[in-house]
Amino acid sequence: MALRDYPRRAAELIEQRPEVRESVTRAALHFDRNRARAYAEAPAEAWRTYAKGVKDHLLSRLADYLEAAEARLTENGVRVHWAEGPEDVHRVLGEIVRAHGVRRAVKAKSMLSEELGVNAFLEAQGVEVYETDLGEFIIQLAGEPPSHIVGPAIHKSLAEIRRLFAERLGTPPDASPEALAAAARAFLREKFLTAELGISGANFLVAETGTVVLVENEGNIRLSTSLPRVHVALVGIEKLLPRFEDLAVFLQLLARAATGQPIGTFVSLIDGPRREGETDGPEEVHVVLVDNGRTAALADLEASEVLRCIRCGACLNACPVYRQTGGHPFGFVYSGPIGEVLAPALLGPGEAYPLYHASTLCGACAEVCPVKIPIPKLLLTWRHRAAEEGLLLPMEKAMVRAYAEAVVRPRAYRLASKAMRAFPGALESERLPLVRAWTRLRSGLRPSPRPFHELWEEIKDEREG
Amino acid sequence: MRVALFATCLVDQFFAQAGVATVRLLRSLGVEVDFPRGQTCCGQPAFNAGHWDEARRMARHTMGVFEGYDYVVLPSGSCGSMLRVHYPELFVGRGADYRRAVSLAERTFELSQFLVRVLGVEKLGDGLTGRRFAYHHGCHALRELGVEEEPELLLQNAGAELVPWEADRECCGFGGVFSVKMPVVSVAMADRKLDTLPRQAEPEALVSTDAGCLLHLAGRMKRRGDALPVRHLAEVLWEARSGAS
Ligand code: SF4
Repeated sequence: MALRDYPRRAAELIEQRPEVRESVTRAALHFDRNRARAYAEAPAEAWRTYAKGVKDHLLSRLADYLEAAEARLTENGVRVHWAEGPEDVHRVLGEIVRAHGVRRAVKAKSMLSEELGVNAFLEAQGVEVYETDLGEFIIQLAGEPPSHIVGPAIHKSLAEIRRLFAERLGTPPDASPEALAAAARAFLREKFLTAELGISGANFLVAETGTVVLVENEGNIRLSTSLPRVHVALVGIEKLLPRFEDLAVFLQLLARAATGQPIGTFVSLIDGPRREGETDGPEEVHVVLVDNGRTAALADLEASEVLRCIRCGACLNACPVYRQTGGHPFGFVYSGPIGEVLAPALLGPGEAYPLYHASTLCGACAEVCPVKIPIPKLLLTWRHRAAEEGLLLPMEKAMVRAYAEAVVRPRAYRLASKAMRAFPGALESERLPLVRAWTRLRSGLRPSPRPFHELWEEIKDEREG
Repeated sequence: MRVALFATCLVDQFFAQAGVATVRLLRSLGVEVDFPRGQTCCGQPAFNAGHWDEARRMARHTMGVFEGYDYVVLPSGSCGSMLRVHYPELFVGRGADYRRAVSLAERTFELSQFLVRVLGVEKLGDGLTGRRFAYHHGCHALRELGVEEEPELLLQNAGAELVPWEADRECCGFGGVFSVKMPVVSVAMADRKLDTLPRQAEPEALVSTDAGCLLHLAGRMKRRGDALPVRHLAEVLWEARSGAS
């Protein structure tokens, strides 16, 4: 799916599937209100400053922390792999699949696995893959990509989920949400018990202790990472935290930002495979440290702040652009504000065009981001780079030049102002593409009968009042 | 105190009466207002679209026009934030231009913020007694300049009632060039604002300090066939002062 088609896809979705806009708006506003309340109940501002500082520190010496993490993980009996891109990840997974005769894998929600095309790869190896997060399970049944970082099925109405489950799982057409969840659980129970491989992402990886940290509400991550023989955690290299005690703030901040909870219902701290005498846990734990464009982004001083992201989804919920469509039209794993700045950082501004234009620069995202990523500033940076690279609308450069000429020459500006009034229909004409883009859905612009700079001549000598 | 009015191109062209109201309002408070004739547009559309060389040309022009004034007052939050926040950014590391940009930024105020924070005026008069409005907080005014209480304070202290509006702090979808680059998304955002407007509370008008938002929302309302008048904050504040309506 080309990112380039965002405007067309967004327009089609809005005009042809109003129910998606309705579901997304309702759910995202709900999350955003919960986030606002949860922030208000905590020293959120201090925590955000702290979290930003910790992540900035981490990123300033990431290589050292990665080495420390690798050493601790290895001591803990975890096998560490380094992956530059999807191919490396696929190779590691392929070896594990062969070594353990894996025929079935259960997955805990992981955006990174989406980024790396893990499901398609495993399926091509003949492995059955089951998403076990309820939202992920729904969109896997529907054959769709996630529409939100935290709530992947945010775009689906209850009615749609009912239809889908009735068709695929045989639930009654009027099943309650609880009954639907129970049906999913019943379906997945056997998969958990028979899968040889469990795949997860990681919310954090503590360098000091080599601890993989996973946060969830459903308990499926705990099952996915403890029941199968082998657990593979895919970890983006920016997911590290320096110290164990940093979790005290990050766990609370993540939950509050994402869903408004004081803390996730389940927090798993995984520090290695089953040890002697322990009754459960996997025989093998693998951590794959994934770059996939991140070190390049880190080296880019004007864009690297994006790597502080802890994938809470708060910026999506706060974003009025995202709320009109959900994530699908963006055509990238990560959508909404973070997607708009992550896409160019990971793929380059050419490939990501025009996602970073899909914003009014309203600033709602930066206001809520738990690690204070200045998303509007990053959007402007990418727009600037895109313009420098000639990624523009047809005629855009010529129009901007002409506009600048008129602005620096007041007489030209005043002439243009007269001309606009000499052709009063100009701003309502259907023939000019830019004007048409305005008038197709809005009535045409009518200038004031006389511009202020002419009225000034009449009022400049008025006395008070 | 030498105060320059920067009308901004949108007010100049589409809300000329808001310019007149700004001048009368400031004069009624004893402020000497000048309108430097060289002024045109702050260059924000070019800046936001990534054309920073052109934006710098326009910024240099505007910095020249407003040199020497104690304050520059704009009936706009969006252009205000262009001068206050983004001009300095545009000239980081560029010596004298950077200093000029910072100097202009420090002297620049959105109208309601100028009234409350610089002049210390919180009550303009009683001219709005018994009148009801819906107030739209433009995003740049709100989040870049921190204009939040000022317009509400000035309106309410003059007797106006502001109707509670769930989406009053949400973006209207205008976004300058965004409104024509991605028109369907832009309009969907306007619809969300307008659908939550409490019509049953019967506001007489939708008020904002930003002309761009007002043009966009008015254009959409007219097309939908549920038009409510839109008024620029400056005009309403002048009525608060003068009692005329
Ligand atoms: S950019 Fe900030 S708000 Fe958005 S997902 Fe990342 S951490 Fe959360």
